[in-house]
Amino acid sequence: MQLAREELLKAYRGMCEIREFEERVHIEFAAGGIPGFVHLYAGEEASAVGVMMHLNDRDCIASTHRGHGHCIAKGCDIKAMMKEIYGRKDGLCGGKGGSMHIADLKKGMMGANGIVGGGPPLVCGAALSAKNLKTGGVAVAFVGDGGSNQGTTLESLNLSKVWNLPAIFVVEDNGYAESTASSWSVAGDQLKRAEAFGMPGRRVDGHDFFDVYDAASEAVARARNGDGPSLIHVQTNRYYGHFEGDATTYRAADEVDKLRADKDCLKLFRQRVTEAGLLEAKQLDEIEKQATALIDQAVAEAAAAPPPGEQDLLTDVYVTY
Amino acid sequence: MAKKSYRQAINEALAQEMRRDPTVIVMGEDNAGGMGAPGEDDAWGGVLGVTKGLMPEFGRERVLDTPITESAFVGAAVGAAATGLRPVAELMFIDFMGVCFDQIFNQAAKFRYMFGGKAVTPVVIRTMYGAGFRAASQHSQCLYPIFTHIPGLKVVMPSSAYEAKGLMIQAIRDDDPVIFCEHKVMYDEEEEVPDEAYTIPFGEANITREGDDVTVVALGRMVQFANQVADDLEKDGISCTVIDPRTTSPLDEDSIIESVEDTGRLVIVDEATPRCNMATDISALVAQNAFDALKAPIKMVTPPHTPPPFAPELEDLFIPNPEKITAAVRGVVGHA
Repeated sequence: MQLAREELLKAYRGMCEIREFEERVHIEFAAGGIPGFVHLYAGEEASAVGVMMHLNDRDCIASTHRGHGHCIAKGCDIKAMMKEIYGRKDGLCGGKGGSMHIADLKKGMMGANGIVGGGPPLVCGAALSAKNLKTGGVAVAFVGDGGSNQGTTLESLNLSKVWNLPAIFVVEDNGYAESTASSWSVAGDQLKRAEAFGMPGRRVDGHDFFDVYDAASEAVARARNGDGPSLIHVQTNRYYGHFEGDATTYRAADEVDKLRADKDCLKLFRQRVTEAGLLEAKQLDEIEKQATALIDQAVAEAAAAPPPGEQDLLTDVYVTY
Repeated sequence: MAKKSYRQAINEALAQEMRRDPTVIVMGEDNAGGMGAPGEDDAWGGVLGVTKGLMPEFGRERVLDTPITESAFVGAAVGAAATGLRPVAELMFIDFMGVCFDQIFNQAAKFRYMFGGKAVTPVVIRTMYGAGFRAASQHSQCLYPIFTHIPGLKVVMPSSAYEAKGLMIQAIRDDDPVIFCEHKVMYDEEEEVPDEAYTIPFGEANITREGDDVTVVALGRMVQFANQVADDLEKDGISCTVIDPRTTSPLDEDSIIESVEDTGRLVIVDEATPRCNMATDISALVAQNAFDALKAPIKMVTPPHTPPPFAPELEDLFIPNPEKITAAVRGVVGHA
């Protein structure tokens, strides 16, 4: 597969922005600046970016608890996202949703989701809209290994095939559903599940951007051509806990250090494109610097932004009482 | 007797009942935690640690971790209850009832009646409810009125650590399906809790304050707010009776009606959104049965009719608080 230099730069920028965003949210949450629950995507960047490189604004995605990376890769405004996570009035959802519910329908981002398995049925609906309205769009459901077991996900695999929908199911298997290992909680094989529902499935190394990119390329083309749904099983890892504050005592002591050293998707991407002479190290350094500056600015603006006021409590809902 | 937290009280009730009765089992997502993982066993003991220590004592056969599949395991708890076990299943957040509601309201709630009294379903579904954690719209709701609406379910709302232990033991020994609603903000709140097992019967309200001027009915976490308001207003010469119904189904109607007949004024404090919640239900009950005793319109203190918001500033406005309860009590007392 050949990617133009501009596309390679775009992919690296996307992954860097997600990484920087998540590393900073980790720090700012620990410092007490961010309320509520956050679930970080650091380590899984190649999955969101590798898929989203094939999508445009008319394509829809549904995300998970761990939604920041999907939002960024789908083109959501990063500063407005940060403000949302801080609970600010100018946040992407007016401060009403927070980390677990960031959405931007204009960008085809149908929301992070607080309900495990909440997304796949919605994606069947988005794919149905695309099909009936002939927009040429496709819809992608991201679920974790935990969400892959929910009835809603299995029912959606079936429905998407029965209706021949332009849908793609991306199972991001980061090894743990909360504290429980996916090797225990997922019976059988994700690809055989796809096969059982009569759709193509492909397993990819989620640390390898190019592997994800290739599989998504096939699946998106299939959906756009009217050839129905696909499943992609992304084997990946998260660097942080299920949520911030999770002590992660269920993991091996050196597990994350080893992953960061040997399996980091940004490092692997960098190594591959520089060794092949596709990009120069200084170009990548520049992107990293820009990502850092952007996130610095996003945090500074979010921290200083005003909260919603009393008048905002009763808007955006039908209140008669 | 020692001081114990709401969390410890529930944990102790579960452990004591599991020791007493080998058919009592617990199940839920990460109830031990670390299943299949390389690190520590019993890594979580439930997402907020309520079931910590049960797996090491009772083993994996009686403390079952589950995949994140609420329909399957809540339904399995119901099926096991109908066939000889007494499961305590954890529906982590009450908001997740949407994923598995059929197994609760069409299956568990119906068996005894629909099968002509030939089935019992001694299942307890423990679940966390309530706002205050900045956990936003899908992890902060107070959906207990929806369960209360379903005939065949019993619904329990422990308002303190002492209440939680006695009501949990009662719930496990009860032969009907019980929805046991734990307020997530209360887990670290402590009070004196007896070491030995004890039960608190369902359908018998706890009168936590006795007064002549106003009856305040409060549920779950709201009871402590109502008590605080009653104590403060006593200094101003307004005396309140505070009633904690303990269970919304069965509901101790008599205690509420008798109190309103004495005081003539009623304030209901309910953390659930105001349409078809416990406050409207109790208002209707009193309007039907104690209308002539009322000296003022009934007042309800509830959140506005919106989903729970994320931003702390909005969530704090959303949740009923002592100031709002005080205003309501003063309002009914001042009614001409």
